[in-house]
Amino acid sequence: MILRLAIGSLLARALTVGMTVLAIAMSVALFLGVEKLRTGARASFADTISGTDLIVGARSGNVQLLLYSVFRIGNATNNVTWESYQDIANRGEVDWIVPISLGDSHRQFRVMGTTSEFFDRYKFRGDRSLTFADGRAMDDLYDTVIGADVAATLGYEVGDPIVVAHGLASFTEHDDQPFRVAGILAKTGTPVDRTVIVSMEAIEAIHVDWQSGAKIPGRTTPVDQIRQMDLTPTAITAALVGTKSRLQIFALQRWINEYPEEPLLAVMPGVALAELWQIVGIAETALIGVSAMVVVTALLGMMAMILSSLGERRREMAIWRAMGARPATILGLLVLEAVLMALAGTLIGMALLYGALAVFRPLIDSAFGLWLPIDPPSGRELATLAIVIGAAALASLLPALRAYRLSLADGMMVRT
Amino acid sequence: MTKPALSLSEVAFSWPGRSGFSLTCPAFDLAAGESVLLLGESGSGKSTLLSLICGIVTADRGQVAVNGTDLTTLRPGARDRFRADQIGVIFQQFNLLPYASVADNILLPLRFAKARRDRAGGRDEADRLCTALGLPGDVMGQPAGRLSVGQQQRVAVARALIGAPPLIVADEPTSALDAATQDSFLSLLFEQCARAGSALLMVSHDERLGARFDRVVDLADIVTTDRGTA
Repeated sequence: MILRLAIGSLLARALTVGMTVLAIAMSVALFLGVEKLRTGARASFADTISGTDLIVGARSGNVQLLLYSVFRIGNATNNVTWESYQDIANRGEVDWIVPISLGDSHRQFRVMGTTSEFFDRYKFRGDRSLTFADGRAMDDLYDTVIGADVAATLGYEVGDPIVVAHGLASFTEHDDQPFRVAGILAKTGTPVDRTVIVSMEAIEAIHVDWQSGAKIPGRTTPVDQIRQMDLTPTAITAALVGTKSRLQIFALQRWINEYPEEPLLAVMPGVALAELWQIVGIAETALIGVSAMVVVTALLGMMAMILSSLGERRREMAIWRAMGARPATILGLLVLEAVLMALAGTLIGMALLYGALAVFRPLIDSAFGLWLPIDPPSGRELATLAIVIGAAALASLLPALRAYRLSLADGMMVRT
Repeated sequence: MTKPALSLSEVAFSWPGRSGFSLTCPAFDLAAGESVLLLGESGSGKSTLLSLICGIVTADRGQVAVNGTDLTTLRPGARDRFRADQIGVIFQQFNLLPYASVADNILLPLRFAKARRDRAGGRDEADRLCTALGLPGDVMGQPAGRLSVGQQQRVAVARALIGAPPLIVADEPTSALDAATQDSFLSLLFEQCARAGSALLMVSHDERLGARFDRVVDLADIVTTDRGTA
């Protein structure tokens, strides 16, 4: 009966209670939404590369190697010689190895030289492979495959010509050797979307007339002649490595890190991603803090609403007391009402969140490459909701204690 | 010898922090089943006296005994339970929970008093009281706030009488009713009090009601108040 009366009392004040519940619902939806974005972003981040056991590059830092080889952020400190690459490729533990050559650009996008095996070996978001939205992989020396963002931003279609610029911020272009778009990759939500992919031989070809990062004055080798040349790379920027057995990863990593011919670094992508996420974690904590403050503000609003309603509810309290209700019952009634409001707020907040996820998930995926799964609430989320309800009960104690004191002081007849 | 429904002896009380308002009542008795009209104007201390009788506040000294039990000797929790069990209260107005159904309003006191709940026997007694008080048959499920003032007062009477408490305290229950409704309301109240064997203590400033009661007592004759220095 008490629960029924508490619900009846709340419904009788539908407008103010409704606004309070809505505020709690919005704050809960925001808090859980931030949590979903955070975990989604972390998962997408971690899913940027999968199925690769080691990333190998010139010795620098774990995070730096990951940033330039996978995220195309920053630059390598040095290259890896083709001989070292071959030594690694010939190791018994190696199942497959894909070279990467970076350094040039097209407009604001990085150009990456690699082999056609890249399209088979590069996995993301679990076990997803790269697929072509249009066209096919490189067939000719001057073929290129572009990511979905490159195509969308620059309006490129299969068959369009592309001229690669030397370096990342250079005004010098390799305009004597234009490329042709052979394929456009489907959206992945990874840095591949923003990459122009060419063959390793193409990277060598466009640098035939270059030495030490500068064009040799007066020298322009004809394209036909270049096509006849041996375009085996002399150096690469990094390599993605898959081992035959996961048990061999550590042994191979140690061997590479101790490679005597030149200083190399092999990192496990998962470890480097975890390190990188730790750096980003400060912003993550700040985001959670801000959304938690929104929940606290909503609960304070609820407390203010209960406090302001006490004046008009003193007669109601007097009736309860006259019927035999103890002051503790009145205190309990107000706490129960707050818990009911918080419960309704959290349930509506969850409904809002899942509704918004269902509507906006495809848009977020296509716009940001962020895949937000619609899963049942996790243990952490349920614990958060329990904390919100508990905090509501706690916040209601102040007005409830005031009601307790008023019910003692008013006696049976309210003097308002 | 039958215990009096209410007995006040050498009672003194002052509200803490209320400008020193105090009240003393040397003696007042209400026999079991008796009806008494207590006449008093506003500010004569009737609200304080009713709070003392109902055990919402406790006397600083003296005895307030209901059905033979001195309320001043009970701990607060026991006093609340005792009030729910032994006293039915009818307010002047705003006396029902408007959002609750008529049934919930009538049955509310039983929630806090097991003995009274056992005496009442539950929902059937509430139905019987409503019928006896002339309320429509389909009223039980309706929210109390949707009833007319007259119907609300009858529900309040049913709530006070359910479980036949020995003492009914009524605070100007007819002030919101017109003369014709007043009369029929009082008839029903007396009839049901007699049926339950409950004593009735009604506070009013309307002397014309006196003829219906066993006794009429002027509040000023049994109570002395001091407003202190405001």
